[in-house]
Amino acid sequence: MENQQRYIRQMILPGFGLTAQENLARARVLIVGMGALGCPALQYLVGAGVGQIGIVDPDLVSESNLHRQLLYGPADIGKSKVAIAAGAMQLQNPAIQISTYPIAIERQNALDLMEGYDLVIDATDNFQAKYLLNDATAVLDIPLIYGAVTRYQGQVSVFHFPDQDAISYSYRDLFPVKPVDTISGSCESLGVIGVLPGIIGCLQAAEAIKIITGIGKPLAGRLYTHDFLETSNYEIAIQKNHQIQTMTRDAFLLSDNHAMIDLDEIDVDEVSVETFLELKNKGDVFVLDVREREEYPPIDFSDAQIPMSELTQQIDSLPNKDICVICHQGIRSVYAAQQIQAKKSVKTYSLKGGITAYFNKTT
Amino acid sequence: MELLIFGSLTDIIGTNKQVLDNPVDTEMLKASLLKQYPSLGQVPYFLAINKTMVQGNHPLQEGDVVALMPAFSGG
Repeated sequence: MENQQRYIRQMILPGFGLTAQENLARARVLIVGMGALGCPALQYLVGAGVGQIGIVDPDLVSESNLHRQLLYGPADIGKSKVAIAAGAMQLQNPAIQISTYPIAIERQNALDLMEGYDLVIDATDNFQAKYLLNDATAVLDIPLIYGAVTRYQGQVSVFHFPDQDAISYSYRDLFPVKPVDTISGSCESLGVIGVLPGIIGCLQAAEAIKIITGIGKPLAGRLYTHDFLETSNYEIAIQKNHQIQTMTRDAFLLSDNHAMIDLDEIDVDEVSVETFLELKNKGDVFVLDVREREEYPPIDFSDAQIPMSELTQQIDSLPNKDICVICHQGIRSVYAAQQIQAKKSVKTYSLKGGITAYFNKTT
Repeated sequence: MELLIFGSLTDIIGTNKQVLDNPVDTEMLKASLLKQYPSLGQVPYFLAINKTMVQGNHPLQEGDVVALMPAFSGG
């Protein structure tokens, strides 16, 4: 191996040595998501000498990324994340071969993208992608290093990799069915302090290094949750859910057509206030308010109010006509419309911008 | 028994820790929480008793620490 001096401080660690370093140099890691988890994970894997790294992200750098995605600066705004990240990392460690994929990972390309990689790091920020990565790595039987944050807490685990009892777990053992991405319960996004995904992304890099080199005890079978505010952690032993079927290549590729409808893929017609008023005045639509009962302001232009928290039980009580769903800001209503459309074959609309937009326009 | 609440569930329950009179089992615990906080019905979560995940119904004993863990999706 060239340039051993570069890695000397990790090679002298007990249990590490030349063999571990050579394993790193031979390793091929795919990082999906080049945001707040992906940036630190990439940096430490490049630093440690992981030979080949693929990075996947279709996004361009935006200003609100900069407080937590430290590979990017103001001059990079509007440029491809993977291109900037690869450029910076090439300077840090020219020996590393970095492949960039400025595309979104999808069911159709996931298996091809992952083929040839030894492990995958989940640095994505939505359930759709997380389940896709979980299922694809299950099909290919390669380890997945899962990471996620929500406000002041973050999580790490390792799936599809045997624990000390030789049992491998799947993200579906924790949550068999994909939650919906807009389920946050409010229309506001949650916020994040940069150092938290920084910590989680570093833990993901650490797990990757442990798996590649065979040192230590990876987080297989354990869900590790870090709390930023309390500087504490909580570890839960995962249990196998025996109702989960083994994911096969065919099932993975076909799962779009399966009985389990993927709500995110249901297209909802988001209408402006003007279009909404036209539809309503023609009497063509049933207007459904999905805000919780205590939400303000009360309105007099809906035909029914079924709070989001009760909607699934009450979808059958809705009339068989086109339905326009409204909420405070027009986010929950999209999700509600998707749920309705999945269960009833009626056309659904969502009022874009919600009741806020309605009152801005009409008063 | 002690209840630890994680992630987005703290928004619904309004705290990250609660001490409860012993519910008999996890099904009763879930039912009473759902009655008190109907929005819990919208958020998938699992239970862990004393740091081990449980599936199905499990009896609860005095001194048990029960964690409510929702799915995290941010990054």
